[in-house]
Amino acid sequence: MSDALLDIREASKRFGKVRALDRVSLSVAPGERVALLGHNGAGKTTLFRLILGFIRPTSGQIAVAGSPPGSNAARLAVAYLPENVAFQKALTGRETVRLYARLKGAARTDADRALERVGLADAADRRTGTYSKGMRQRLGLAQALVGSPRLMLLDEPTTGLDPLSRRNFYGLIDEIAASGTAVFLSSHSLSELEAKTDRVAILRNGALVADAALSKLQAEAALPVRICVKTEPNKVNEVSERLGGARVNGQSVELLCPAPEKMARLAAISALGPLVTDFDVSQPSLDDIYRHFSTQDKAEDRS
Amino acid sequence: MIGAVLAIAGAELRIGIRNRWVLLSALILLAFALVLAFVGAAPTGAVKASPLTITVASLATLSVYLVPLIALLLSFDAIAGEVDRGTLQLALASPVSRSAIIVGKFLGHLIVVSIAIALGYGVAGALVVTLAGGGSAGLVDLGRLIATSIGLGAAFLAIGYVASASVRQTGTAAALAVGIWLAAVVLYDLGLLGALVADSEGTFAKSVFPWLLAANPADAFRLYNMAALDTGTAATGLSGLGEALPFPPIVGLASLCGWIVLALGAAALVFRRLEP
Ligand SMILES: Nc1ncnc2c1ncn2[C@@H]1O[C@H](COP(=O)(O)OP(=O)(O)O)[C@@H](O)[C@H]1O
Ligand SMILES: [Mg+2]
Repeated sequence: MSDALLDIREASKRFGKVRALDRVSLSVAPGERVALLGHNGAGKTTLFRLILGFIRPTSGQIAVAGSPPGSNAARLAVAYLPENVAFQKALTGRETVRLYARLKGAARTDADRALERVGLADAADRRTGTYSKGMRQRLGLAQALVGSPRLMLLDEPTTGLDPLSRRNFYGLIDEIAASGTAVFLSSHSLSELEAKTDRVAILRNGALVADAALSKLQAEAALPVRICVKTEPNKVNEVSERLGGARVNGQSVELLCPAPEKMARLAAISALGPLVTDFDVSQPSLDDIYRHFSTQDKAEDRS
Repeated sequence: MIGAVLAIAGAELRIGIRNRWVLLSALILLAFALVLAFVGAAPTGAVKASPLTITVASLATLSVYLVPLIALLLSFDAIAGEVDRGTLQLALASPVSRSAIIVGKFLGHLIVVSIAIALGYGVAGALVVTLAGGGSAGLVDLGRLIATSIGLGAAFLAIGYVASASVRQTGTAAALAVGIWLAAVVLYDLGLLGALVADSEGTFAKSVFPWLLAANPADAFRLYNMAALDTGTAATGLSGLGEALPFPPIVGLASLCGWIVLALGAAALVFRRLEP
């Protein structure tokens, strides 16, 4: 056993014929922030349910804080925010968080402090039925904060939030992680993930296809840089011939080049002198990287 | 453990009061009780029983229909609804036992039902005493009716939890609850009546029928209350029900208690198997 807070070894889960998870191995160290990425149906929620002990793996082992999932010790160490949770509309935010605080054996003041931390102190005595989506997610986070968990499991916490609430939410998560709580959160797109996570794990059809720091995934994917060269409409053919790129709309040429060759290409472009009116360089986006890992199978099928 | 049970019970009670469940159920019980007391069951001829006792007799029949309905409407959503909304996953992720969750909900809902019944029937009883006279005679009967109606509510709350924990969707749980109400309160009696008509003097009527009545919590409730009224006043017009039974009326009460314990146990068992 390592000293990991969460240790998943070769865990598989089948629902009848559906193989929801296929020999997934993953660990989360104390205080670490890990993002779990995957399309809908990739198995993210299933993995969380296994970690919480709601369902048992078909094969493989999972240890939470060194204990079996669902055991008292494991439940004391973990907090959970399910996907799309809808709190009782008739209760106020404070009543809601205090209820879960008592279920966890935490003090009332703990609940009030959690509400303050997520910025809901002013709205705490309003019924949750009046909350916006962003406030409801922050309420969910407050509920998870209560009882000082060592590991926080957040299932697609920012799906459906507008960009501002999302940034706000990830800001809170950064603060929580900075105070020593490990955060394991899922999302269905890498670009949505504004949290500075230490690691990114990608699930594809139940199998883990990547598990590394974002910078490492970027290097591993080795996606080409996209250079767009603009020119006069009547010079497009000439530019395209000399640079070897593809013509897009009558007045620009697009080139894809591996990152190490970028400078050489730029030199070639500047050698064209007045033929070029403008140019743009775009790095592969987070979505490009995510697509690279999450759809590799299909790309291989096609080629 | 106790803290968790009380927290859940408190939340359920709060929800019951806030979304006007308590008030609405009390008003419905009161309205029907008043209709029965002042319009429907006007006693004719020389009746020695007090007006309150006669009202209690008709309220017992009212309870058989309304109390199970109120209890089932409260409980069908208790588990399935929380699975749907994701709040059960929150509770189950915390270090609280599943039986504590069931017991907490039961306690909270039971208080909701109790307030509604005590309020509805209490006000109805007070109005009967003020308007029709008769003094305090029959107060014991009213007290017994309220207490056993709460017991009836408890039994159907627990039965509702079994239904709620056995399905995944709230809609299915709702349909199941309506089905249970129809079967226990309407169809069961119709079936017994049919059998009785077919075999009115045989062994069925004398020795099987009363036991079948006692086996159904709603009928057991009515049986016990009617028999108690009968022996108490000997003049409710329900001649000698107590003597016609092959067992003491207390069996009805025992059956009701048995149903509460059994259904709660079954609910806890089904709930333990649930994978949220
Ligand atoms: N209780 C279940 N019964 C049958 N299949 C299930 C069940 N839960 C999940 N699945 C299947 O397992 C796969 C993974 O689902 P899930 O973990 O919910 O994905 P995600 O959360 O990544 O969107 C899906 O194909 C889903 O249909
Ligand atoms: Mg999911």
